[in-house]
Amino acid sequence: MFKKESIEKIGVDNKKWQQLFQESVEKAPERLKRFSTVSDHPVQNLYTPLDIKDLDYSNDIGFPNQYPFTRGIQPTMYRGRLWTMRMFAGLGSARDTNKRFHLLVNEGQTGLSTAFDMPTLMGYDTDSPRSRGECGKCGVAIDSLKDMEILFDGLPIDKITTSMTINPPAPVVWAMYIAMAEKRGISRGVIGGTIQNDMLKEFIAQKTFMCPPRPSMRLITDTVEFATKEVPRWNPISISGYHIREAGSTAVQELAFTLSDGITYVEAALERGLDVDSFAPRLSFFFNSHLDFFEEIAKYRAARRMWARIMKEKFKAKDPRSMWLRFHTQTAGCSLTAQQPYNNVIRTAIEALAAVLGGTQSLHTNSLDEVLAIPTEEAATIALRTQQIIAEESGVANTIDPMGGSFYVERLTRDMEEEALEYIRKIDDMGGMVAAIEKNYPQLEIADAAYKYQKQIDSKEKTVVGVNKYVTEEELPVEILQIEAELEENQIKWTNQIKDTRDNKKVKESLEKLGEATQRDDNLMYLIIDAVKEYATEQEVCDVFREAFGIYRDPGVY
Amino acid sequence: MNQKRKIRILVAKPGLDGHDRGSRIIARAYRDAGFEVVYTGLHQTPEEVVQAAIQEDVDMIGLSSLAGAHMYLFPRVLELLKENGADDIVVCGGGIFPEEDIPKLKKIGIKEIFTPGTPLGEVVNWVEENVKPRS
Repeated sequence: MFKKESIEKIGVDNKKWQQLFQESVEKAPERLKRFSTVSDHPVQNLYTPLDIKDLDYSNDIGFPNQYPFTRGIQPTMYRGRLWTMRMFAGLGSARDTNKRFHLLVNEGQTGLSTAFDMPTLMGYDTDSPRSRGECGKCGVAIDSLKDMEILFDGLPIDKITTSMTINPPAPVVWAMYIAMAEKRGISRGVIGGTIQNDMLKEFIAQKTFMCPPRPSMRLITDTVEFATKEVPRWNPISISGYHIREAGSTAVQELAFTLSDGITYVEAALERGLDVDSFAPRLSFFFNSHLDFFEEIAKYRAARRMWARIMKEKFKAKDPRSMWLRFHTQTAGCSLTAQQPYNNVIRTAIEALAAVLGGTQSLHTNSLDEVLAIPTEEAATIALRTQQIIAEESGVANTIDPMGGSFYVERLTRDMEEEALEYIRKIDDMGGMVAAIEKNYPQLEIADAAYKYQKQIDSKEKTVVGVNKYVTEEELPVEILQIEAELEENQIKWTNQIKDTRDNKKVKESLEKLGEATQRDDNLMYLIIDAVKEYATEQEVCDVFREAFGIYRDPGVY
Repeated sequence: MNQKRKIRILVAKPGLDGHDRGSRIIARAYRDAGFEVVYTGLHQTPEEVVQAAIQEDVDMIGLSSLAGAHMYLFPRVLELLKENGADDIVVCGGGIFPEEDIPKLKKIGIKEIFTPGTPLGEVVNWVEENVKPRS
């Protein structure tokens, strides 16, 4: 990018300047013994063209919408259309969440995102003994198609896209969504949205489990194939680094493990006989935005470049859209503090800004009270306003990839790419991500990083305002949203009522058919849709999988 | 002999909550502090937690909860300990709890509650000061 003579001159000048810098430090020492990112990546005092002299503008950075897409995937980026402001919401009953969805849409939100409660996430109905005390606590409780119908009642699902954070039972919940749409006369060819459906990162980090890794891959590949053939506007997997980061990984681990998971899904779909360009454009990603501003921006840029190269070079994709790394971002829940909770508004704003400067396609901003409970309406509105201020007041969305060309950001982008590739190679050597998970490799790498970070906080090597520095005794009161205790009983009653009024003979038959199909190579999605249309509950369908494929239990390594 | 026995701790994740970053860090911190640690892993029923505690003959149970089901799960663990004559096992909790739940949990017998931001040293010291080998 630079002429040889200029690099030489900058080299000479840099040496002189570094001497001056050292002299100043001898007089007055630096504020820290060692400067590093939140992920502990060392940071130099200054970055210059010397740090990026090996980069080639056309090959490594390039233009928006052009390979390797470092600067963004769309030609116009936010000058054309802003990112989708997609706030994750779900609480209590389907009716409660439906009300929150209407509120968010009325406030200007442009996409829906559904949070489910723990039993739904794990594939249990509310009346399971394992579900006791959990109903509606962390999201909405969905037992049957009836709940799905209520959840989206009155919402324009032919115009708005819906994201559903669901993993082991993803095929079942997606089937309910499709069935719900079809009952409303909206065809599966029209609906758009995303199911998270990324089991690899569940084993690694988020830990909602149902079946072991290998049969889980089969279910996921069924959904990829089904989306490709039947639901073309749907993203069947959201390959997620978010939870990996929340579990305590570094930024590089988040990047590496996520892309490694992506590689595994692509390989599985290719083995199924799908053409890479038929499904790869519908794979989407989901990243965390933590507090280290530049490190996060570099992570998104590195992710785009790496995925483009992997898809083109390793998987021989031809359609540029197969090479696009489209991603959703959520600000880091783990960076929020229960202490002085109003500070969380500022943290979230910084993280949201990094996501935008990193070129995200959609964004959830956490509410200030998210570390304490499910957000109140007021807190969720402030979080949405944070995005609107960044979008429409700050001016950062007026030009594409404004951080491109920053010596620091470009260097960090390259460093992260190299370090992540190193991890990906190591996982390949182990036999791929499924084998690595079976060896608990990523799980333990993350546990190491999390423990190290906690010790850095305890030793005050890293600052967390309000926790290990600037501590105040008096806590500001925050209003907390509580889920009513009767919810669980009501939900159980409601689901029992559905079980009593549906055609139980048809339910039984549809579940038996599904059970038989698990023993063949059939794509199970068709039969799952048949079963949920008969109002088979989520757990009834999931029990078929548990019976056929076995149950995965947490190895409990630490 | 009793003097020499190390404190044995069960770190447990009752319920369906998958947030195990904290519980695994705490398990490591206890281990590094010289305690004997048994970690249940995720998704345990209260029955499974109590069974593990008795089988492993622990002196303390650390219950982790970050998904809001503590007001069912924690009392249930205490109840089962009592039923099994093992209510001399010290039980404490860590995770996310609404402020008003903390006194309620302490009242029914949860010895201490640790919330986010507590330094590891404090958690370890608490064990040293409050837990003795049960014999």
